[in-house]
Amino acid sequence: MTLAEGVQLVAFGILVAMTLGGALGVVLLDNIVYSAFLLGGVFTSMSGLYILLNAGFVAAAQVLVYVGAVSVLILFGIMLVNKEQPFTPMKQAWVGKVATGGVCVGLFALLTASTLNTPWAISTEVPSGEMATVAIGIHFFTDYLLPFELASVLLLIALIGAIVLARREFIPDVAPGEAESEALQLPERPRELVSSVSSVSDTDS
Amino acid sequence: MTQGIDLQGSFVNALVDLGLPAGAAKALWLPLPMVVILIGATVSIFVTVWLERKISAAAQQRIGPEFAGPLGTLQAAADGIKLIFKEDITPAKADPILFTLGPAIVVIPVFLSYLIVPFGQNLVITDIGVGIFLWIALSSIAPIGLLMSGYSSNNKYSLLGGLRAAAQSISYEIPMALAVLAVVLMSNSLSTIDIVNQQSGYGILGWNIWRQPAGFLIFWIAALAECERLPFDLPEAEEELVAGYQTEYTGMKFGLFYVGSYVNLVLSALIVSILYLGGWESPISVSWLASLIGVSETTPWLQVITASLGIMMTLFKAYALVFIAVLLRWTMPRIRIDQLLDFGWKFLLPVSLVNLLLTAALKLAFPVAFGG
Repeated sequence: MTLAEGVQLVAFGILVAMTLGGALGVVLLDNIVYSAFLLGGVFTSMSGLYILLNAGFVAAAQVLVYVGAVSVLILFGIMLVNKEQPFTPMKQAWVGKVATGGVCVGLFALLTASTLNTPWAISTEVPSGEMATVAIGIHFFTDYLLPFELASVLLLIALIGAIVLARREFIPDVAPGEAESEALQLPERPRELVSSVSSVSDTDS
Repeated sequence: MTQGIDLQGSFVNALVDLGLPAGAAKALWLPLPMVVILIGATVSIFVTVWLERKISAAAQQRIGPEFAGPLGTLQAAADGIKLIFKEDITPAKADPILFTLGPAIVVIPVFLSYLIVPFGQNLVITDIGVGIFLWIALSSIAPIGLLMSGYSSNNKYSLLGGLRAAAQSISYEIPMALAVLAVVLMSNSLSTIDIVNQQSGYGILGWNIWRQPAGFLIFWIAALAECERLPFDLPEAEEELVAGYQTEYTGMKFGLFYVGSYVNLVLSALIVSILYLGGWESPISVSWLASLIGVSETTPWLQVITASLGIMMTLFKAYALVFIAVLLRWTMPRIRIDQLLDFGWKFLLPVSLVNLLLTAALKLAFPVAFGG
């Protein structure tokens, strides 16, 4: 075994342990903030696996998008709305947990079986390595143009939806004529609608 | 890849001649450049802190540090020793694990980014294909550490500072990445070595700053915002947030934030000098001068001179930019958080998009000047 192979083997072991341990922690820990931070760790170790597969560009993109943007936004969301409240303990909560566990184990078994039984067509080509960036770019603008553009349209839709929701002009928090039940309210101060605030300031001036 | 000195090759060859197997010689070489760069980055903190103190003193008509070493050059060492000996306090209701991890996550990506900073044709730890993109990706990790330390301190000012840091970092990453993209468009490569080589040959006239003036300004502003330097130091705005996410930190954990911010400043200055100021290229091209006096480029003494001149040029450019950053810090007022976000999203982002489109158009129109 050469030095490079040994390093790769050890790195693979560490990365797999980090990915699996982190992923289990995300699911099993009670504290949602820990889960969110561990999710960032899982994404980072997955980008390490991409580096081992000679896919440097994908690894950097994984860090940029999933660690730098997705995890940070999840954390942002948690920290803006998180208010520590004692949960009222539910009776027979273990039924739900056992059912969830059963479904997860079943899914895992199903996926393992299909992974092991599928005759994978493993490519014998040499990984493109450094030239991967060029290859990805060419694919984006030729045969994968439609999915690429559709994904960008999807993001645009999400962007516009978020702005509409945040401005609160078209969708009032509470429908007129019916009081919202307390259980459905977010633990934050009720805010006035943007439109009503602006109309008040108009009459003031 | 034949020009310049191949330090790795000669080192490995020397060890193989001494009777070591080639693999062992390579393994002995591997840690050397990393250690050298780590030491260089650490020394750069001392220089930058000293510059910061002296320049701020000059801006305020004071003398500044004077007694610690000649001209106060050892002041940073005194600061560091003080931080090491301070008691390491974790607040009683803080989250001890996250509180300890936070500063480390802020510092590690900054040091990792030195992987791609070239000081010469072969004077770089790795010349990887994704180069500058790796730096953008790594710099996006820091806000996680800031959020972590802000949250775990269990202090509302810390949390606000952490959230502000994350918001600021996410907003200014986009114009910065677009500015880098315009440079990449001209050099046809993400590798930092290729980006510098594309600017070489014409001395100071070939540098990207003449072809990307808007990109240079956008990148510099965004880099200052990413480093949380005034006028963008809102995450630690003393008058509003005590000290932001670092309020509860003492001792070496605070020292890590301090180290991280100064190393990040030097790193950003290095990246600006690589992207826009020609990296290790001198204002007057050395190879042109050599051909003028009739010396071959492969002459050993010329290569040594070129390499050392390259390192000096890179550092000189970076420290000139650090000087500007320090001067900005002590002469500019801080902007408000809403102004900061407005400026990032409503001004820098559209301008950088236009810059990118203009660069693409110019590349199609004048492939000679804009790297066809």
